[in-house]
Amino acid sequence: MTALTPHLSALQVVLPLLAAPLCTIIRLPRVTWGIAMVVGVLCSINAIAILNQVQANGTIIYALGGWAAPWGIEYRIDDANAFVLLIISVINVFGILYARTSIPAELSKDRISWLYTAWLLCFTGLCGITISGDVFNVFVFLEISSLSTYVLVSFGTDKRALTAALRYLIVGTVAATFYVIGIGLLYALTGTLNMADLAQRLPDLSAQRTVLVAFGFIAVGLSIKMALFPFHTWLPNAYTFAPNAVTAFLAGTATKAAIYVFMRLVLTIFPAGFFANSTIAYLIILAAGILGAFVASTIAFFRKDLKRMFAWSSIGQIGYMAIGLGLATSAGVAASFLHLFNHALMKTAVFMAIGCLFAATGSTTLTALKNAGRTMPWTTAAILIGGLSLIGIPFTTGFVSKWYLVTAALELDMWWLAALVLAGSLVTAAYVWKIVETAYFRTDPDATFTRSEAPLSLLIPTWILVIANIYFGVNAQFTGAQALRAANAIFGFAP
Amino acid sequence: MSIVQFALLLSILVPLGATGPIGLLSRNPNLREAATITASVITFILVVVVYYSVKQGIEPQLTLIEPFAGVSIAFRAEPLGMLFALMASFLWIVTSIYSIGYMRGHHEQNQTRFFIFFAIAISCTLGAAFAANGFTLFLFYEALTLSTFPLVTHKGDDKAKKAGRIYLFILLGTSVGFFLFALIWTWQLTGNLEFRAGGIFDSSHSRTVLNVLLVLYAFGIGKAALMPFHRWLPTAMVAPTPVSALLHAVAVVKTGVFAILKICMYLFGIDLLASLGSHYFLAYVAAFTIIATAIIALRKDNLKARLAYSTIGQLSYIVLGAMTANAWGIVGGGMHMLMHGFGKITLFFCAGAILVAAHKTEISQMRGIGRKMPVTMTAFLIGSISIVGAPPTGGLWSKWYLLLGIVDTHEWILLCALILGSLLSAIYLLPIVIRAFYPANDSTTEVNEAPLTIRIAMLTCSAGCIILFAAPDFAYELMSSIVNFGTR
Repeated sequence: MTALTPHLSALQVVLPLLAAPLCTIIRLPRVTWGIAMVVGVLCSINAIAILNQVQANGTIIYALGGWAAPWGIEYRIDDANAFVLLIISVINVFGILYARTSIPAELSKDRISWLYTAWLLCFTGLCGITISGDVFNVFVFLEISSLSTYVLVSFGTDKRALTAALRYLIVGTVAATFYVIGIGLLYALTGTLNMADLAQRLPDLSAQRTVLVAFGFIAVGLSIKMALFPFHTWLPNAYTFAPNAVTAFLAGTATKAAIYVFMRLVLTIFPAGFFANSTIAYLIILAAGILGAFVASTIAFFRKDLKRMFAWSSIGQIGYMAIGLGLATSAGVAASFLHLFNHALMKTAVFMAIGCLFAATGSTTLTALKNAGRTMPWTTAAILIGGLSLIGIPFTTGFVSKWYLVTAALELDMWWLAALVLAGSLVTAAYVWKIVETAYFRTDPDATFTRSEAPLSLLIPTWILVIANIYFGVNAQFTGAQALRAANAIFGFAP
Repeated sequence: MSIVQFALLLSILVPLGATGPIGLLSRNPNLREAATITASVITFILVVVVYYSVKQGIEPQLTLIEPFAGVSIAFRAEPLGMLFALMASFLWIVTSIYSIGYMRGHHEQNQTRFFIFFAIAISCTLGAAFAANGFTLFLFYEALTLSTFPLVTHKGDDKAKKAGRIYLFILLGTSVGFFLFALIWTWQLTGNLEFRAGGIFDSSHSRTVLNVLLVLYAFGIGKAALMPFHRWLPTAMVAPTPVSALLHAVAVVKTGVFAILKICMYLFGIDLLASLGSHYFLAYVAAFTIIATAIIALRKDNLKARLAYSTIGQLSYIVLGAMTANAWGIVGGGMHMLMHGFGKITLFFCAGAILVAAHKTEISQMRGIGRKMPVTMTAFLIGSISIVGAPPTGGLWSKWYLLLGIVDTHEWILLCALILGSLLSAIYLLPIVIRAFYPANDSTTEVNEAPLTIRIAMLTCSAGCIILFAAPDFAYELMSSIVNFGTR
């Protein structure tokens, strides 16, 4: 193991990348699942090791293939991306664990190995986005993850999954193009693609309009990837029609990696107050966040399909992360990082629980939930706790997120923003309550119901995440401290 | 961990732990109820153990966990919380006995669920009573809202569903929108949320902000039902009567006024409070609530609705006491918490008894019922006298100290409101008893007295009202130990 220690960062990407083609060769559903699982667990252990190493020895700088930075690609892991990497890797394991029973129910046998191939590639891309210290390399991984996500979405049972995937493909390609134009401009200007070098060189060029244009392209491109309102249009359909396990996996990882890169680029290589218009830029992000939080949550209230409802909810929650980012203070960004972690936990748990509902009833509509409080108490309770966490009820992770975000707003004397964030909880409460009423209030009080709970192999991963939701809501020492370190790392990148 | 600390922690955990046996024994109702009563008795004993320690001046405290830096879940037994905990845990025993007769006599569904959430609600109440900081108080305050929701919507029909919506919307809305906001703001200003004698604010904090904070707290604590955030209480009356009795006359609403008292005493401190200005505004809001609800209560024919509006008014007496910002007002407020608790629970027990025995909910139907149910209506009379605040009941003492506190502020309008409020409460309560002893319109229906357990509970509580008249000193001693009369 000690011989591997310096190469941990590379392993995180290489392992799933090698495993992906292996799945296409073997093609046995169970075996490919086993490969994905083993790789997932190894990557999680690896991510924990990386986090430990970063905490002990500071930033890891790894030159890929031994080529030093200006020429070669550099992986650069500090407190911020080590944290995000951990989230993505752990959620990935639970996603695969869940997929074991969930996927065969939705996919024909011969396609399962393809699904795991795409899954592993997607995971490779997400890890790569997170740990890379090179803006062009980020683009490459962004494309790997996006292309494989289109495939994953198209595996959905409903025919509309294909149009959802196509729509995502078109929007996602536009996003990638915007991003690559942005970094192209930066490269033309500075002659480097390395983030650390960019952070060093850009301040001297701040007077140039090109920098502003590059910022605009990059910000819009990444906003689409992270589904920031109003660039969210691809998300509801993609989440709704993807297989259940895929939705759970994507909800906890894909947008998270994009948000991280957004923060990294916006805050590290275009630091706050760096160019004259930056205040406006942050205000725009803030406004998009607030609007997203309210509009998307309101739309969620009117959706009849649970997957769609929580897809809109995700857009709303991404709004909250954008608010923290828009504050551009270390407390605000810490709140975003914390919510990134917490939201990954709660949303994955909720989508898994919805998958349980699908396994038992064959439907994910709100009506499928009727009387579910009786017939499938564990599934319903998982959705309920996830929902309470989204609202921000005490003893759940959502409460901790709200607390940090409101504190960050008050620190800047933005009491109106604090009030808005809290008011947003009430909008969330409205759609969560719709679910509670459907699940627990019977139209016919005398009817008897038979238990038809989802299989344990689905419930166990769901409930592990639900319990994690409560655990990190009661004891947020680790997450809170790590989020703060992550925020400081984001601001203190420039050497 | 000392024995008293252990007792403190256990008093919160025992009701919570009781949910296990209650759930497991769902097939055997007698054993299930035995579990509830055993838990309630044990809880009360534990609270009494803590009380004797507090009485000797030793206030046990313990920190459970620190969810994030600087904010902890911690408990401390201090006199005000002690008084609240004593009342709540004692009345839980009585209510448990009462519930047996009521739930069976009224053929309620899902009794196991009822007893489970009831126990959780008591656990939350005690957690709030012993909270050592604003954060802990808030946690249990919210948990109490959620745990009582299934009780409010117990019937599960459309009316219950609608009531549940209003209940949650107002209580969660105010607590998240104002209470939590104020707490985080306080934390942001002081870096501290600990309940400390004399308060945690100092002269460096802007008066304007503190005034705003006080108003946010007062309205944010929706359980205190200050107008205009009072609507949830009457709608919550769709719940089974034991819920209305213990939770919506004692535990839940008293958690609200208790939180206001506690925040006034230990976050602001009386001296700072008196110098703010917005406390006058809140005192007038409370006074308005007292008069307005009394007038509404007069016009309600449904007995539970009338009692609910009466409760809102009586809660405002306590808020009014807190907002006088002097020692007498605080003592009066604290004691009224206790006295009103005993009086109102008696009245609700009677309302439930009438429902079970005579199947009547409207006051106009209750003519002559006193002849059939003499025990019930006698208890009702004693409870009414206690609410009015006349001898020989404990209600006299709390009204007396509230009066002293208000006289001290020289706000004559408030004084008038207090007296008028008491007068109106006599007008809306006493005629119910008087009419009940009139000859009945129709003597055809056969009505018997309520089941034994219900009678025991009613008599215990009405006896409590009278005992508190003779022996109010323990409450007075507790309350006077936290205020300083020298400030007059």
